Formats: sequence, structure tokens, C-alpha cells
Amino acid sequence: MKVTIDGQSIDVEPGTTILQAARMIGGDLVPPAMCYYSKLKGSGGKCRCCLVEVSKGSEADPRPMPKLMASCVTGCMDGMEVNSKSSDRVTEARKSVTEFLLINHPLDCPICDQAGECDLQNLSFEHGNPKSRFIEEKRTFEPENIGPNIQLHMNRCILCQRCVQVADQLTDNRVHGVLDRGDHANISTGISKAIDNEFSGNMIDVCPVGALTDKTFRFKSRVWFNKPYNAHRECTTPGCCGKTTVWMFGGEIQRVTGRKDEYHEVEEFICNSCRFEHKDVNDWVIEGPREFEKDSVINQNNYVQKLEKVQIDTEKNILLGRDIDRKKISMAEIPLNNNNKNS
Amino acid sequence: MERKHYKQEINMTEALMNRINELISHYPEDKRKSALLPVLHEVQDAHNNWLSTELQDKVAEILNIKPIEVYEVVTFYTMYNQKPIGKYMFEFCQTSCCCLNGAENLMDYTSEKLGIKMGETTPDGMFTIAGVECLGACGYAPMMQLGDFYKEKLTEEKIDQLIADCKDDKIILHDK
Amino acid sequence: MSKKILLDKINVPGIKTYEVYRQNGGYASVEKALKTLTPDEVVEEVKKSGLRGRGGAGFPAGMKWSFIDKKSGRPRHLVCNADESEPGTFKDRFLMEYIPHLLIEGMITSSFALGANLSYIYIRGEYMWVFKILERAIAEAKAAGWLGKNILGTGYDLELHVHCGAGAYICGEETALIESLEGKRGNPRIKPPFPAVSGLWANPTVVNNVETISAVPWIINNSGDDYAKIGLGRSTGTKLISASGHIKNPGVYEIELGLSVDEFMNSDEYLGGMSSSRPLKAFVPGGSSVPILPAELIFKTANGEDRLMTYESLSDGGFATGSMLGSGGFIVYNDTACVVRNTWNFARFYHHESCGQCTPCREGTGWLEKILWRIENGQGREEDIELLWSIQSKIEGNTICPLGDAASWPVAAAIRHFRDEFEYHVRFPEKIKHRDHFVAEPFSQVKHLVGKQTV
Repeated sequence: MKVTIDGQSIDVEPGTTILQAARMIGGDLVPPAMCYYSKLKGSGGKCRCCLVEVSKGSEADPRPMPKLMASCVTGCMDGMEVNSKSSDRVTEARKSVTEFLLINHPLDCPICDQAGECDLQNLSFEHGNPKSRFIEEKRTFEPENIGPNIQLHMNRCILCQRCVQVADQLTDNRVHGVLDRGDHANISTGISKAIDNEFSGNMIDVCPVGALTDKTFRFKSRVWFNKPYNAHRECTTPGCCGKTTVWMFGGEIQRVTGRKDEYHEVEEFICNSCRFEHKDVNDWVIEGPREFEKDSVINQNNYVQKLEKVQIDTEKNILLGRDIDRKKISMAEIPLNNNNKNS
Repeated sequence: MERKHYKQEINMTEALMNRINELISHYPEDKRKSALLPVLHEVQDAHNNWLSTELQDKVAEILNIKPIEVYEVVTFYTMYNQKPIGKYMFEFCQTSCCCLNGAENLMDYTSEKLGIKMGETTPDGMFTIAGVECLGACGYAPMMQLGDFYKEKLTEEKIDQLIADCKDDKIILHDK
Repeated sequence: MSKKILLDKINVPGIKTYEVYRQNGGYASVEKALKTLTPDEVVEEVKKSGLRGRGGAGFPAGMKWSFIDKKSGRPRHLVCNADESEPGTFKDRFLMEYIPHLLIEGMITSSFALGANLSYIYIRGEYMWVFKILERAIAEAKAAGWLGKNILGTGYDLELHVHCGAGAYICGEETALIESLEGKRGNPRIKPPFPAVSGLWANPTVVNNVETISAVPWIINNSGDDYAKIGLGRSTGTKLISASGHIKNPGVYEIELGLSVDEFMNSDEYLGGMSSSRPLKAFVPGGSSVPILPAELIFKTANGEDRLMTYESLSDGGFATGSMLGSGGFIVYNDTACVVRNTWNFARFYHHESCGQCTPCREGTGWLEKILWRIENGQGREEDIELLWSIQSKIEGNTICPLGDAASWPVAAAIRHFRDEFEYHVRFPEKIKHRDHFVAEPFSQVKHLVGKQTV
């Protein structure tokens, strides 16, 4: 089956979704995905970030689809033509979804452990508006303790439900789920129970935002100050591959995660023992440093590319304050460079 | 989200269990979970119109599903109460068509008469009043739900009468 | 009196009971279908009738039936959608409460047509007493041999049960309804696959509204062609209209499609005009989700033709000057009503009923409500009107299910037709402090102020 996305064609197997086809092509046309996770059955369709325009349904039925389609759950048809980044409508929709995701988000990146590897940050970087139109009070949730290893920050959650799918598909006794409904829907155990099965830590890896973070790594470091190395060990937990990424600061392993691909999906799931209990370098066979993504925050520390000079456009009104301060500290007679209004 | 815990006495009578088994029989053998919503209604009706966590766990056990599957459902639907409520719950429809015919004034009246705000229960545990969304009785507005039944084309006088009837134990809540 | 199909026997004393219903020709369609027709012939009659889904979307029922997957060999199901929750709509409850056997008869005939052996009626939990009525009626029908194994000796088996919801408007969406019937949260499913291929327990399923299924017995007893002769054009047959608001005779009416809105509103056979001397201001023809129309677009379309009670005429002019027949929830407003307050009320409803699964609806409906609440309570800003417009346009079309559209359309229509009322609220917060602000001083009397105020 031939499918064309933003003018680039590719042959795919029947049953391939538009998003998967786009990932095969790669590059800028790949739609962002906040809820879809190729390793989790039934994921996708919810966040609406990956909306695309189908300008030609198929060779057999060339009519365009009237609505934008969620590319992660829409199957390719032979002869289908799709507009992703090339469509203004799509760009507009992605901006809209980003705005919706952010209105109630606490925007607490400066104190969030996910910052630097957060899909919502990346999405906002590309599609967000620097100014918020939301002046109402933000929604908040009562905190819930879900055990010693995983920190739940419900206020940051975007309800992708990946963590619920992890519990359903990797363990046989799910104790958390989505409770309540509408904009009060939240991830919870309902009874403040610890989520402590052997694979629960994968909830952290699949969480696209800072809603589920590693308690053993909490506030230890910004992710971009760590150096990630691929490592492995002989893990005896059934179902665990033992292949991980260890995040080091000097000679210390500060965090262990699954190995993630360019779409931030883990290649294989790992057990809690590998993740939380093996922080000693001697526990691991270090394979070598991971390759950085070109645009990742972590890579920004390497200073290998040419840095543009940073232009700071301070707003005019902020400078007005300087005038008042200048008078307070008796420097009125010294003129400011480009502000003659009060002198 | 952290939730408050309330205690409840659980009494799964034989009659209740028979009814539950009858409901379960309406679905294929391997689809017991499908009976969840009707079973929760029955269990709630038999337990002072609310469902504690323990009671929800009990339902999970009967239907052979995980407790979280019950919590997910109970918190999604508005008719399941997760904390003790008054014996008589006046649920006023507050959606557009009822408001056009004075639902808001009537809610204020009831609130003042019982001395409680919407969503609250009287100290004696007799009455709870609440505003709910469209109950599908727009042509007979203003109206409220009381137990299994609707009370329609309400007036202040009818509210007075209803409150008096509740106090005299003259109101049937469930159609058994 | 115009043609009655669903309610023609509603005034027969005791029609609620099996005996009286049967004495009045009830269950004849089951006999006819099972003994003299093949399932495909039943489907064909329904196709010919032009019967359109009465739940709101208006999709041809026979066509929907023909999509059901018969090749897979999996068990098939018919599910009746009795989760009537659209504000302004209360017709299904009327049918089920006063003539429950009509629905059961329709369910048997329709299940036969689809080859379903296990069917359900999903009724909203609030209609608990109707749930009990249906349970008893099903037991009566079963005792009389209309349900169970080998019905009428034809070899056809059917079990029919009634299932109750528990308070969620979203379960009126067919895939959410199926989820709810499976004992889960009422989250709409991603489509495709459509229920006709993978519905209840992943089996091929058809979901139809109560009124749609109740029309089937008449079509089988007479013929699809006879049904198609009733009504006008592609709007065939009769339709139940739930009328509420500021009218003299609120209630449920069966009308022949094609009746003029004017006659429906003003004749004594139907609504009998307004409930008081206060003039007509606006109306919503098809339940809260469809666009509200101002007085001047109610009886005449934008190009001066009579507005009729048909799918086509009510949507004449698109959303710019038209609306939709929807589920037939006919809400009438006189000039004491405030469009801003009403829009806020609807927005609160959709905010409350959003399932929370997809982003635009979960976040957007709450945002709409908050802004509308501010405007209605005198804290609106001039830019809020544009903001509302922008938010609704960002929700519409971007959600998993139509609830997003349903939440957007009333807001869009209110701004489109009653923008000055929003401006009045923003510019004169003192005047709208009391919630009944237009009772003493209708908007028509203060409208001139809006233009004079410069901002």
C-alpha cells in the first residue's frame, strides 16, 4: 500500500497507522504523540496532538476526510494522501490542543524532575503560545501517596492513560486507574494504596510529563546534568530484559531508566529491582555513552554547535520600573541610555 | 487524589444476593462485569443509598473483577454516592428548561426552608439537597428526583407537602 | 388530526399492560416478520421506509442495519439507546412509560431482522421506575411466548434484557453506551471499528434510539412504502417532539414531518402559543446541542420560505441562519430569558458531562463554562466574547466523539445571533446583577444602550 505524507511516499503493510507510516519516513512530518505508545495495546486517540488532514482517503475512495484524524489510530489506505506539518489546519489544531493541555497545567517546569525530557515541554516549544489566554483559577488535586518509589503529581497529568495500560498489560493486578470524570478525572488508586508490583516503575518511563517521576531520583539533579550510559546486568526477574540506561553524575548512578528511542518510547520494559535497587556502578556492565538527540536539552550542554547570540527583548513596561528605582537610590541625575521621558 | 474514608455496615441479605444473581444472569457467563452498573444500584439501594469502599470491594468480589474496576465506575457515574447522605435526597434538575420555569427560585426556597445549602445534608440526616443536570422531564418543569421517582411541576406548596410527607414517613423511595 | 403511528393508541385505557396492548393489535409485526418474512426482507422494508435515526444524528436506520457484519459468524446484538439525556428531550421516556410493549415489540422484530439472539435496552439510571416498568413488560412478553427459545415455533431465539445506566449523558453516544453496558466507564471508543463490526463484547452490534425501534412495528405491519408516503421528502414518517420552555402546552407530541413550525408553535392542537403575554425571543429546535435561533429565523428561513419541521428545513441556511432537528427537543424562550445565562447553563451541562478522555473537550468545556459564568455575573471582559468564539472553534471537530461539537455549537450560535446581549453583559455589569435581569427589563428595551457605550 502506498501512502503519501506531506508529499513523501512510502510503501506500508496493511494495518499500518498514519503515525507509524510517518515515523517510517521520519523527520519533521512526524506528528507529535502524547498518548500513543507503540508498545502498549489500546493506547492513542485521546490527546489529539497527532491530528492530521487526510486530503485523499484512498485510491478507491479519493474523497478527503472532512475532519482532522488522529494519525495514531487511523489506518493507512492504498493511495491515501495526508497533510501533516504542511497543513495550516493541522498546525492550528495542534496549537489548540497544546493550549488546552497547558491551561490547567501548573507550568512548574523549574521544579519538575521531568523538565528537559518532557514531551509536553517539547510540544509547547513547537506549538505553544508564550502568552496564556486563561485567566481562571487552575484546577488542582489533593496529593496522593502511591508508595516509596513513584511520585504522583496529578496536577501535571494529561490523562494519556499509558500508566493504566502498563499496569493492565505488564502486571496481573492493576490497583490504579482513572477515577472521576471530565476535567476532574484523575489517576488514583482510590484508596491511597502503594503501587508496588515488580513492573510498576515503567509507569514513570511511559509518562510523557512529570506526573509520575522516580522518587529515588527526586530533586537529585536536572536531567541535563546527568550523563546517560547504556548498561545491562543479569537480571533474574522474569520478564525483565536487564538492559537499561543509567544516568550518572560523576561516578554515581543517580537514576536508572529503560532505554528510550527517538520517540521517547522504551525499547523494552525493565523491573523495579533494576530501576530502584541497583544504583551501584558495580551492579552494571556499562556499554558506553548514549547518543544524544540533536535537539535535546542534554545535548545543549555539549556546546558543539555554533551558538546564536541571545537577544533579550525586555518589555517596555518592565524598564519603567527602573526609572522609579533610579530615583529611589538618588541616581536621578545620571541619565539612562534610551529613556528620556522623566529626565 | 486522596479520598476521605467513611465507615458503613454491610449487610448482603439473601434477597439482595438473589436479585444480584438474577441481574448477573442477564449477561453471558463470561461477561459478569457487565452487570456492574445494575448491581451497584441494587447494593446502594439496600445500604442507605451510598457505597463505601468496603461495599465496592464486596461488589468486585461478587463479580470477580478488580476493586479498581469498581472504583473507576463508581466515580464516573453521578448516581453512586460515595459518602453517607440524607435519607431523602432531593435532586433538583437545574438545566436550562427547568430554570426557565423557576427551578432556581425553588432550589433557593428549599434551601432556606431546610436551612442547608445545595450539596449539604441536614444535621438529623433526614434530607440532602442537590442540583443535578437534566433529568429528562423538561416539559414538566420544575422537577426533582426523589428515590426511584420524579416529582414534577413543583411549586413551593408541593415542596412543603413533600417535606411534611418525608417527615411522616409517607414517601416510597424504591420501586421493589 | 394528523397521522399518528407511535401514539395512536396512547389513550386506550390500560395500554400499558400486555393484555390490552395485545388486544389492540400488539405484537402483530412479530408474527408477520417471523412467520412470513426473512430477516433481509425486514431490513429491506425499513430501508424503503426512509426511517432516519431518531436519536439526533438522523442517519437512515435501514442503512445502519445493513452494515452489520454477518460474515464473521460472531453473535450479533441489538441495543436500544434509551439513555435519553439531551436537555430538552423527554420523548423516549414517554413512550416507554406509557406504551412499553411497543418498544419490546420493535426490539423483537428488529432483532429478528439483524439476526440477534441477545438484545438489550440501555436506559438511563434516573428513569429507574421506567426500568422497572420495562422489566415487568419483558417478563409479560416472555410469559406470553414472544421471547425466549423457539419463538412462535419458528426456531428463532431471543433474550431481551433491560440494563440501567447511572447518570452520564455521554452514555447516549453509542460506543460509550456499549462500554457502559460492559460495566465500564462511559468513555466513547475510537472509531473505526464501528459497532456494526465490533460493538458489544467485540460482537457486531446495532444501537438504535427508542423512537426508531418503536416505529418498526408499524413499518412491518404496513409497509416501508406506506411509511415513506408520510412526511415530506427525505424526512419520512412521524417524529416525536418534546416541547418545553415558555409555551402554553408543554409535553410530547407526535407530528407528521413537514408540519410548519408556525402551526406547531401556535395551533391549539400542539403548543398553543406562548405561556404568557411575553413575546417569543428564541428557540432551540432539537435539544441543547443544536444552534439556538432568534425570533426572526423561527417561522421563516433566511430566504423567506416557511420553516418546516423536517430535517432539511430546520437546517436550511446551515449554521449561519439554520439549526437542526436533532432529537426533537423543542425549547422555546420568551423575552424574560437571558441568552447568556442559558448558554452558560448549557456550557455547565457539557462541562459536567464531558467524560474527560480527550483533551479539547476535557479542558475546553470547563474553560467555556468559566468564561460564560464570569460574563453572566458581571465580570466579563470585552475580549472574552472573541475568546469564547475561539475556544469553541478549537473544540469543534477535534474530539473523539460528538460531545465536543455539542458543547461548541450552542456557544457559537448564541454569539452569532445574540452578540449584543453578550456585549450588554460585559458593558453593564450593574444591570445584570440579578439573575432575573430580563424579567423586569427585557433586552429589547435596553438594547440601544449597547451601541452607545464605547469601550
